[in-house]
Amino acid sequence: MDEKRIERAIELAVFGGEIGRRRFIARVGASTAAAALASVFPMGAAKALAQQKVGPIEKKDLKVGFIPITCATPIIMAEPMGFYEKHGLNVQVFKASSWAMIRDLSINGETDATHMLSPMPLAISMGVGSQSVPYVMPAVENINGQAITLANKHKGVKSAADMKGFKFAVPFDYSMHNFLLRYVLAEAGVDPDKDVQIRAVPPPEMVANLRAGNLDGYLGPDPFNQRAVFEEVGFIWMLSKDIWPGHPCCAFAAKKEFAEKAPNTFKALLNAIVDATEHAHDKANRKRIAAAIAPRNFLNQPVEVLEQVLTGVFPDGLGNTKTVPDRIDFDPFPYHSMAIWILTQMRRWGYVKQDVDYKKIASEVFLATACRDALKGLGKKAPETTSVKHTFVHGKTKLFDPDKATEYLNSFAIKRA
Amino acid sequence: MGEDRARVICYSLLLALVFLGIWQASVAGNKPGKGLPGPVAVAQTAAEMLANPFYNNGPNDKGIGLQFLSSLGRLAIGYIAASVVAVFLGVFLGLSPTLYRAVNPYVQILKPISPLAWMPLFLYTIQDSGSAAVLVIFMSSLWPTLANTAFGVASIRKDYLNVAAILQLSWWRRLVTVILPGAAPAVVAGLRISIGSAWVAIVAAEMLIGGTGVGYFVWNEWNNLQLTSVIFAILAIRLIGVLLDAGLGRLSRKLAYAD
Repeated sequence: MDEKRIERAIELAVFGGEIGRRRFIARVGASTAAAALASVFPMGAAKALAQQKVGPIEKKDLKVGFIPITCATPIIMAEPMGFYEKHGLNVQVFKASSWAMIRDLSINGETDATHMLSPMPLAISMGVGSQSVPYVMPAVENINGQAITLANKHKGVKSAADMKGFKFAVPFDYSMHNFLLRYVLAEAGVDPDKDVQIRAVPPPEMVANLRAGNLDGYLGPDPFNQRAVFEEVGFIWMLSKDIWPGHPCCAFAAKKEFAEKAPNTFKALLNAIVDATEHAHDKANRKRIAAAIAPRNFLNQPVEVLEQVLTGVFPDGLGNTKTVPDRIDFDPFPYHSMAIWILTQMRRWGYVKQDVDYKKIASEVFLATACRDALKGLGKKAPETTSVKHTFVHGKTKLFDPDKATEYLNSFAIKRA
Repeated sequence: MGEDRARVICYSLLLALVFLGIWQASVAGNKPGKGLPGPVAVAQTAAEMLANPFYNNGPNDKGIGLQFLSSLGRLAIGYIAASVVAVFLGVFLGLSPTLYRAVNPYVQILKPISPLAWMPLFLYTIQDSGSAAVLVIFMSSLWPTLANTAFGVASIRKDYLNVAAILQLSWWRRLVTVILPGAAPAVVAGLRISIGSAWVAIVAAEMLIGGTGVGYFVWNEWNNLQLTSVIFAILAIRLIGVLLDAGLGRLSRKLAYAD
């Protein structure tokens, strides 16, 4: 695409068609019109995003934050396996201790881009549970890959209905973990706000708390589900892929300001992440990846545990060895419909008090088009549609239609909205 | 006297050996890597860590020596800044009973707040995690020095101040030659309490912010449930704490005087 065409397309969109655009230009002159437009619309960023080729990189030395969990695999492995370097960047990944810290490091500009839970950029952009800062999320990191882990004393638990009175942990309020756990409990008639306790605990601390008896279970990220089995303190009760197959989990996000001020850097970074994510998607590479991210400066975990997570051949803590190749998978495409589901759940559980324009927020934060361009630029297949219907298989199979979000929300018996 | 001392040292060593023996025996049945590690395993880890304390493997993995240096660097900045502020404020408060009574309620309100509780506020306002950690140290080492200095200055014998007034010494000379030396034992006692609480706070602060420092080291090893490293780090933290305290203890003996 050439620059003039992009400029023109934006002008048409802003002025409401060809006639409005001509009238405006006739009144103020073409260059004034372009300048006026550039003042309200980040023309440079739009141009850079729409182009396949990356222009000169504004900032080569970058810092990207991460939490030591397997969800961050592409972000982490891109450093030791050279994906950042391949795309012309010198990135240092920086380990953070909690999601609140990841958020503050990113908002304060101490990191340039960051690993986040996919609901976080939505929540932060809306100013929910944070100061309001516009964020963009051009790529999902992993799909699936979480689990409900219970303490060994609960080996008899058959259904979520048996979990009344449990103390649960999730990594953060604005996490898929929280929303999926609440979904499972509510489907079994357990009110997640009244019948159980759900607390935010940083993932690395979950196993220690499970051992100490502070928790009955958690819906947490790996390797901490598998680590509980490895330490013989808990067992894997349910994989998250058996709730919503293909659900998004963690994401790659940055302040919108960064994407606009350094559009080429942002693009190169996105290319590196998407490239790494696609590499991680290939199951043949998983063992090598496990070895690359296990050392002390990255996940600091036994390679054995990481292999069990990434290859999907694992002991479940109940004496069975399971083979589930898509236990965790990597797919960067941030469907708007994923964001819309997350927003319905934020509304459902009272994190958002008023009605919101689901589609508008979803398309502003989840940059599906940017991800598609990156995929195509790397010669990969990319979905043509930015919104799809999602199927929930836990309990009664339910279809989520992003065009009927409000009806979907109203269909739940247990809700705070 | 000498014989007595030798006996004390003997008993102390014997106690340590008995403790280590019981510890080792109680964990002997554990499979390697499971359960609480024994002293032998901790000693092995310590030997490994100390063999190469200054390696630097990127921002997330540095040797134990570098971690301690980074913590001590933070400690030095926060502690020295707090000490200067606390001594100056303390002198003013100690010299003026009225001011002291006016300010005291606020000091009493602020003093018992855990310095870590300030962390989210500092992160939000200064927008820099490193400076936020230093400010936590500042908060934790401010109050003991302030309170002790005010007390020390207030209890200087009035005769000394009167003599200084008769000699018509300037304010600055009075401060340097009469007030500070007079209050020195109390000030140093405050500094000694402060460095203890600052060293306690830095470990917790670094566990929160991550990055570098011995607190981050403990947190990172906890992630991996690597208890040998955690126990080694606890011992090393204690050792450094004792050394810091001993340094100020020596200073306080030098500054002591009899009225």
